[in-house]
Amino acid sequence: MSEDRALRDERMVARRTLLMKLGIAFNVLVAAALSAPFVAYILSPLLRNTRYLQWVSLGRVDTFHEGQTRLATFNNPFKRPWDGVTVQTACWVRRMEGSAFQVFAINCAHLGCPVRWFPQSGLFMCPCHGGVYYADGTVAAGPPPRGLFQYPMKLQNGELMIFAGQLPTLSTKP
Amino acid sequence: MRSFRERMNFKTAAKEWLDERLHIAQPIRDMAMHPVPRRSASWWYVFGSASLALFIMQVVTGILLALIYAPTAANAWSSLQRLNHSVTMGWFLRAMHGWGAEFMVGIVLIHMCQVFIFGAYKYPRGFTWVAGVILLLLTLGLAFTGQIMRFDQDAYWGIGIGASITGRVPLIGHAMVQLLLGGPTIAGATFNRFFTLHVFILPALLFAFIGVHLFLVLKLGISEWPMPGRLVRRKTYLQEYEQELNRDSVPFVPDALWKDLMFSGAIILVVIACALTFGPFGPGGVPNPTIIQTAPRPDFFFMWIFAMLALLPPHLETFFMLAFPPLAIAVLLFLPFVAAEGEKSWRRRPVAILSLAIIAVSFAALTRLGIESPWAPVMDAWSAYPVPTNYLKSRTPLELTGALVFQEKQCRNCHSLDGVGGQRGPALDSVAVRLTKDELIRQVLQGGGNMPAFGKNLSPPEVTALVAFLETLHPAEEAPAKNESLKYVQPIPH
Repeated sequence: MSEDRALRDERMVARRTLLMKLGIAFNVLVAAALSAPFVAYILSPLLRNTRYLQWVSLGRVDTFHEGQTRLATFNNPFKRPWDGVTVQTACWVRRMEGSAFQVFAINCAHLGCPVRWFPQSGLFMCPCHGGVYYADGTVAAGPPPRGLFQYPMKLQNGELMIFAGQLPTLSTKP
Repeated sequence: MRSFRERMNFKTAAKEWLDERLHIAQPIRDMAMHPVPRRSASWWYVFGSASLALFIMQVVTGILLALIYAPTAANAWSSLQRLNHSVTMGWFLRAMHGWGAEFMVGIVLIHMCQVFIFGAYKYPRGFTWVAGVILLLLTLGLAFTGQIMRFDQDAYWGIGIGASITGRVPLIGHAMVQLLLGGPTIAGATFNRFFTLHVFILPALLFAFIGVHLFLVLKLGISEWPMPGRLVRRKTYLQEYEQELNRDSVPFVPDALWKDLMFSGAIILVVIACALTFGPFGPGGVPNPTIIQTAPRPDFFFMWIFAMLALLPPHLETFFMLAFPPLAIAVLLFLPFVAAEGEKSWRRRPVAILSLAIIAVSFAALTRLGIESPWAPVMDAWSAYPVPTNYLKSRTPLELTGALVFQEKQCRNCHSLDGVGGQRGPALDSVAVRLTKDELIRQVLQGGGNMPAFGKNLSPPEVTALVAFLETLHPAEEAPAKNESLKYVQPIPH
């Protein structure tokens, strides 16, 4: 009699354990289903990569003088109303002659600090770790592993256009 | 008026009524009365509780600041100005939060050093140490993201440095940068990420791990005072510790707690004193990326990293940036399991103590170097500091012209005269003793040794004048370097 009971209890326990395991599996499934949109939400900055980059105007070509380098600013093509002043970006425009331009990112190739142009010595200098570049953007001294980043540029309807929209780093895909 | 006895009865009855429903009296009594080895109820053991006190203060001041602070990239900076200047006591709360953060990082580090020096991380307290390492990382994470919340130029370019380091990760660097920034540029979405980390994720994790840390401290007991020759062995330690508690221990309350309370109170008072004396941190300039007249620097506790990034040899740099942090963290996490047994006393652990000393000295040296940043050009030295007048006395017109060229071509940004100017290159007060005229010309035109070549940016007359000036730079009692071989060379007839 008592053996019967023990057997029945064992079966009951086995059934309850199975039900609990099923319950866990059920919740894992629900969690997995729910986490898919969460992960997609978190990864959303990656999912629209191509639309970040656009041609933006830096102004009329004749505002850049031949043989000079000067600061130009533009608004990031991808923006939100709550960006505030960070919607802006600066870059260095060097006009050699005629339609020959170089447009450099403001960010030092070492760690992204803003480089400053010194026309007297014809050098870009970085205030963080002492990176120095020549007028054509090649490395002159200091730790930068490459020359200044350059934007693709074109002249259109008398305006200087650059293909911009992302913070350049060493792994930036053009 | 009821008698004392009646009131006591009422109090006891109330307590019993509550405890019947809460069952909390016994756990509290256990916690308060848990035995502490008598010598460990010492002033050396107060840093953990002080860290907790500072964290609680950070939570309170943080919540109060959040009542005014506008957490968007567009408004953060101006709401900080509002807090500083037109909200009653706003400046004081910001100052308390800022100085509280500095002290919290400092006290957490001191706590960690104390635990390390006393060997308290050894068996069985390995996971207490691991939880502590995680608490340190979370504290540093809060310090870094807090610096971003002070949304000024340093914050903006600090994110830029973080993104540039992330961009060096092979293969997935680009994707990681976009995830870090929440988009293609440092903008509104970036700010929101750091805000979320600073006020939700990191504090929540900190609370959780403080819970784990304290639970383990209570369960495993406070480490005994290290005695030379008394070795920790896995087999016997728990028994020995039990014996020590039976032989000579005091209850945590009040014997140890009163020191914790005194020290925590004193630390908070010091934070108040700093807040009143020095005021809030910034904010610095408005985070407008087109204002490039800036020299971004991190806060004090990250200065050593900033210095390391300038001083590493360029070919090792990326490897160090990416491998050093996980390696250092792994060493800290595995330490209590690798060195679980043996001596606890600092008198018998020379390697451990020496390692700590080296780390401390390196930290101090790198921090100081970071503050001075001798590797960075002094951007305005060429226009801000004139050539010292005694370097110009009784000089020829050519040499004087050279002094002008020297200033105008920004040589001063990297080279100092009379101790004023950049330190990127050597000081030039006695350059004529080191280099002959020919060597000076070559160095100016071709550069080298981490100096740019100025050949394209100097006309021949400018080079002649500049070198003439440089040749005058030597102490009165030391003759300039000369090319002795010229005596034996036939001058070329013109």
